[in-house]
Amino acid sequence: MRTDRRTALERLFLQREIEEFLSVEAELLDARRFEDWLVLLAPDIRYWMPMMRNVHSARGTDESTREQADANWMDEGIETLTQRIRQLATGIHWAEEPVSRTTHMVSNVRLLDIRDGTPCEVDTSCRFLVYRNRQQDEADTFIGKRLDTLRQTEDGWRLARREIRLDQNVLLAKNLTTFF
Amino acid sequence: MDTVSEQDLRRLVDADNGTVSREIFIDRAIFDREMARIFSRAWLFVGHEGLIPKPDDFFASRMGRDPVILTRNRQGEILVFLNSCTHRGMKLCRYDQGNARAFTCPYHGWSFSTNRDIVDEPGELVGVPHFEAGYGDRLDRRRWGLVRCPNVTVYKGTIWANWDAGAPPFLDWLGDMRRYLDFALDHRDGRPGGSEVIGGVQKWRVKTNWKFVAENFAGDMYHDISHRSVDAVGIGPGGKGRRDAQRPRLAIGFSALGHGVLGELPHTVEPEYAPTFASDPEVEAYYRRIYDDRVRNLGNQPRVTNSVGTIFPNMSFHSRQPRTILITHPISPTEVELWRLYLVDADAPQPVKDAARHYYLRYSGPGGMTEADDMENWTYATDSSAGAIARRHDFNYQLALGHAKPAPGLRGAVQSGTYSEENQRIFYRRWTQFMTGGDWSELMPQTTSVEADNAD
Repeated sequence: MRTDRRTALERLFLQREIEEFLSVEAELLDARRFEDWLVLLAPDIRYWMPMMRNVHSARGTDESTREQADANWMDEGIETLTQRIRQLATGIHWAEEPVSRTTHMVSNVRLLDIRDGTPCEVDTSCRFLVYRNRQQDEADTFIGKRLDTLRQTEDGWRLARREIRLDQNVLLAKNLTTFF
Repeated sequence: MDTVSEQDLRRLVDADNGTVSREIFIDRAIFDREMARIFSRAWLFVGHEGLIPKPDDFFASRMGRDPVILTRNRQGEILVFLNSCTHRGMKLCRYDQGNARAFTCPYHGWSFSTNRDIVDEPGELVGVPHFEAGYGDRLDRRRWGLVRCPNVTVYKGTIWANWDAGAPPFLDWLGDMRRYLDFALDHRDGRPGGSEVIGGVQKWRVKTNWKFVAENFAGDMYHDISHRSVDAVGIGPGGKGRRDAQRPRLAIGFSALGHGVLGELPHTVEPEYAPTFASDPEVEAYYRRIYDDRVRNLGNQPRVTNSVGTIFPNMSFHSRQPRTILITHPISPTEVELWRLYLVDADAPQPVKDAARHYYLRYSGPGGMTEADDMENWTYATDSSAGAIARRHDFNYQLALGHAKPAPGLRGAVQSGTYSEENQRIFYRRWTQFMTGGDWSELMPQTTSVEADNAD
């Protein structure tokens, strides 16, 4: 339920605060400071990436695979995200050794819903562009939409939920070893 | 090479001495011949019944470089058609899946039906714009129906198709490899069939030759070293520990058929129960219960309990955990489209299905912590083999050369220990047979179907 009583100015500050969070987060990923990124995730995070299908326009709801029911590109919680980061740190995870160079760009940030409560949660939407360059000439561009839920804690904002909608049907990259 | 002669082809693979030319992973003429000689004659996996459960459901699939439509008509028949309009070739169906009473071409509006209440032969042309004015009565609708694949077989939910009208039955093609496929498709409690496919097919592109993928799953335990990073962090099905605990496996190759598997020989006693989902009591209780059911259901029948393999040419599977099918569709000599489907017991409780799905996705597919490294291996092996000098140097397939001995309980199969490239040598020998060979009497000299043998 929407309980937000903020003034327009307060909403503007909140918008800026959240944009700043998303930019910092992107920066941490590009700098490969994955342990620091992990700190920004809520312990109960849901991080998932549905797959897109070509279906008749009248069957729009079938366009993406379903959460907690179908196969997806990724379906993660804090435990497996932590394992992925530990795997990256082994130095023998050949899909990321030598490491890829990435740039994460986040734009069109909107606050969809603000739920004042304990704690306060904000649903946001944005667009992302992730560029990955690997070895000499291997380049992937991932573009799509993200639906994030951010939670306010005593230590700052934490990511509680992330749905990553990639604008590809057949994944054109050989693997997904970066975070979105 | 611009064109490729049979003589050239016979020089590329020396299975007896364990060498294979890099040309077969790079060369365009060889690739074109593979499409004509292998993919147009082999039994190919085209989908699963669960993708087309209702009448008129369809799923867009592939057979080699050819797009096909897999559909179920109103009479319940499962049909496969070339996905290309007979008039001007437009890709007729451009959805991944759906439900349609007729397939109508977006280009000039030709329309085709599979419904036997309307047409004699499924796929027949039923609608042609300006039929009277434009064609008079000179257009033969039957002659211009969709190109239909003559052989389609359903096996425990999986659907297979073959373009060659003279091809042997699917079960002959499969031979005793069937035991290993069965373990992937059967219910964990030992009942035949009983698995279902989880919704959503993962599809992704990898710049590699299709045979790198096929041979990897045919029995390359040797490459396990490249997965040390997942073992180090522990992604076992319980969310902790190493990958799923494995019993010792052997390279088992079906010499006459080209299939290969890393698995156990058939045995008649169920191996002792090993807890797998210890972190989730409800899921663990299910597997414990299913184990007891299995011991009861199978009695002293032969069984295999653990395997990963490839059915020649391009269908690979994991039969335990993850329990999944991987199809390698060739796109070009140096590109494939991989499709992964995931299987679970159809009547398992939802928490069991959820736990399996989560484990599968963190293991397999492009986002899988294990499979991500496989793609790295295959792409760079392909790329670094393309140079003029590299092409002159063969690959080595000599691991455990000369160690093959008959595999008890499996007709026409040999086993060669855990670390062996015998299955790869078998795969490439079969490949050469298809690329150079003649008719089916030469390719399938004796029957190898399970039915023919009651020794079990």
